[in-house]
Amino acid sequence: MHIDLLKVTALFYLVGALAYLHFIFTLNERSAKLGRMLLLIGAILHAAGFVARYFVAGYTPITSLFESLSFSAFAIVCVFLAFELRYHLRVLGAFVAPLAFAFSVSAAFLPGEVRALAPALNSWWLPVHVMLLFFGNAVFAVAFGAGIMYLLMERELKTKKMGAIFKRLPSLNVLDDINYRCLTIGFPLLTLGIITGSIWASFAWGSYWSWDPKEVWSLITWFLYAALLHGRVTVGWRGRKAAILAIVGFCAILFTFLGVNLLLPGLHTYTNLSG
Amino acid sequence: MSEIVIVGLNHRTAPVEVRERLAFPVDTVGHALRGLRERDGIAGGVILSTCNRVEVCVLSDVGYKGVEHVKDFLAGFHGIPIGELSDHLYHYLGEEAVRHLFRVSSSLDSMVLGEPQILGQVKDAYGYACEFKSIGPILDKFFTKAFSVAKRVRTETRVANSAVSVSYAAVELAKKILGDLPDKVVMLIGAGEMCELAARHLLSAGAKGILITNRTFERAVHLAEEFDGTAVRFEELGTHLKRADIIISSTGAPHFVLKKQDVEEVIRIRRNRPMFFIDMAVPRDIDPDANEIDNVYVYDIDDLNNVIETNLEERQREAALAEEIVVAEVAAFLRWLDSQQVTPTIVSLRRKFDEVRQAEVAKALSAMGTADPKTRKVIESLASSILNKVLHSPIASLKRETDGRSPMEMVTAVREIFDLPEEEAEGAPEALVRPPEQGGNVGSQ
Repeated sequence: MHIDLLKVTALFYLVGALAYLHFIFTLNERSAKLGRMLLLIGAILHAAGFVARYFVAGYTPITSLFESLSFSAFAIVCVFLAFELRYHLRVLGAFVAPLAFAFSVSAAFLPGEVRALAPALNSWWLPVHVMLLFFGNAVFAVAFGAGIMYLLMERELKTKKMGAIFKRLPSLNVLDDINYRCLTIGFPLLTLGIITGSIWASFAWGSYWSWDPKEVWSLITWFLYAALLHGRVTVGWRGRKAAILAIVGFCAILFTFLGVNLLLPGLHTYTNLSG
Repeated sequence: MSEIVIVGLNHRTAPVEVRERLAFPVDTVGHALRGLRERDGIAGGVILSTCNRVEVCVLSDVGYKGVEHVKDFLAGFHGIPIGELSDHLYHYLGEEAVRHLFRVSSSLDSMVLGEPQILGQVKDAYGYACEFKSIGPILDKFFTKAFSVAKRVRTETRVANSAVSVSYAAVELAKKILGDLPDKVVMLIGAGEMCELAARHLLSAGAKGILITNRTFERAVHLAEEFDGTAVRFEELGTHLKRADIIISSTGAPHFVLKKQDVEEVIRIRRNRPMFFIDMAVPRDIDPDANEIDNVYVYDIDDLNNVIETNLEERQREAALAEEIVVAEVAAFLRWLDSQQVTPTIVSLRRKFDEVRQAEVAKALSAMGTADPKTRKVIESLASSILNKVLHSPIASLKRETDGRSPMEMVTAVREIFDLPEEEAEGAPEALVRPPEQGGNVGSQ
């Protein structure tokens, strides 16, 4: 039942994403409102499914790939809705909502049944560590969307060929502002996520840091965002450079999250595709 | 038969020398409207006079002859021989006139397609006509409808959306690059009509302040007073440049005033806070290669003109949509106009009273309970004869065309007094129960 609920949310995210795409093409306000409504309903159903699964499984359901992808989609939608509330950036939906759909639909194709929890994972550190990181990732997903928008907009302004993009996207200044805002929220989440993971590892595995592939890639991601934050604060990096780094950083996140699981087995491999 | 007539000229049919001779300065409009009304067969009129067009719209009771009357009036009022004018004047009657006013007020007939001023000017013209009581219910409805058509065009199409002048294009670009303008500083290097206009637009769009520099410092001081800004010595341009977010340049210098290295240096000092350079000078003041620097945007006059051209093309595409709206609205207005003719009005007047008669007779009969056929007949004929007597004189005056009153205006008055349903073709039942509409929403579908 709760598995179906989680799969149904993918449908809401799909139609929500389509509504936002319709909005960006036609600039019809009602499509944007519809998109927001659909994402909101999707997120509420998603939260309900998540809670239901928590009671069925008896642990916070963010351990298998199915659960992780599903929760990532939820986090992305929540963060997007928060940003939309704050910045009224409806066009951002056309860039971020498809990402949430992609995550939730790939979860829907994975085996979703509840399995016994590996003993090492049975801890209160699990929700803390994983949720910090997933919400951090979701914030960086918004920065990624804003980064793509920035590069598109900047190209039109530099080549002086104003087309459809020019009319639809917000100003470069606003997009850069989002980049910075995401960095100041996402970076602490990422840092805390890594620290809590490290503390938990000392209990569970007996060592704070074991250079397992996921740890290595998390560190690489952390350094990328640390470099961006440092560059922004000290030498005034902004605009194009910051947008590119936000895009590269998110690719690193995706690799840490998915690539490592699928390609580089290590201590963090509690799950694989076959379930 | 009454007919709406428009006679006028515009920027396409007449050069400015002719237009200016025919213009009506504000203080003469009242006098002119009075003169217009005194003509035979002219029932009310509106005079629109802008720098691009002069148009007189009247309700003519003499059909096409109204055109001649208005032409005579224009020639007479301005003391210009009619022969000199007739080549430049156009005229529209009936449906053509309706379409013309709808297109004019929607800015589809303007020199700059979609420019926003014309609607205000038409509203002013209507305002004068109301003030000097030279407008009757038909023209009143006509103009109110024209305003609502213009509003529809504005909200449903993008015909007026993007900037089509250099200074507005500059504001639009500045907003897209820098975001909100209130904390942004403008710098004016040199002087010139176009860049002063752009600066003015940027300031009225909310820019925080303006720095002004000029090779002649006195000129800078003078301009700074005018703009309520700060004058800066030209030699100190380098030290002040870093404060400016938007730089408008128009000096007569034969070489670049700002080289790429200069811009690179200043953007480094500004820690990459973006800068928008608008180079209006020919030869150019700012090295166009500076556009390659991150967070620096350099637009010269050709770039701005290209932006405007693209926007104009978009407006033209949108104008096609607007024309469709106009076609639909013209049809709706003509339906209403038709209903203002004498015969349909008499029909609906009769029908309205007949309904009252039937209802009251039925009420009386049922109150009496069982009435014998004779009483029934007496009551029915009593009601009918009251009705006929009461209706006799209104119908007679509708049919008569006297005291120079336009029958159409009379019709409209009768419809209003008796609260007859609007836009009723052949007595559609829902039209009979619909409450009367106030104001301009005639026949919108």
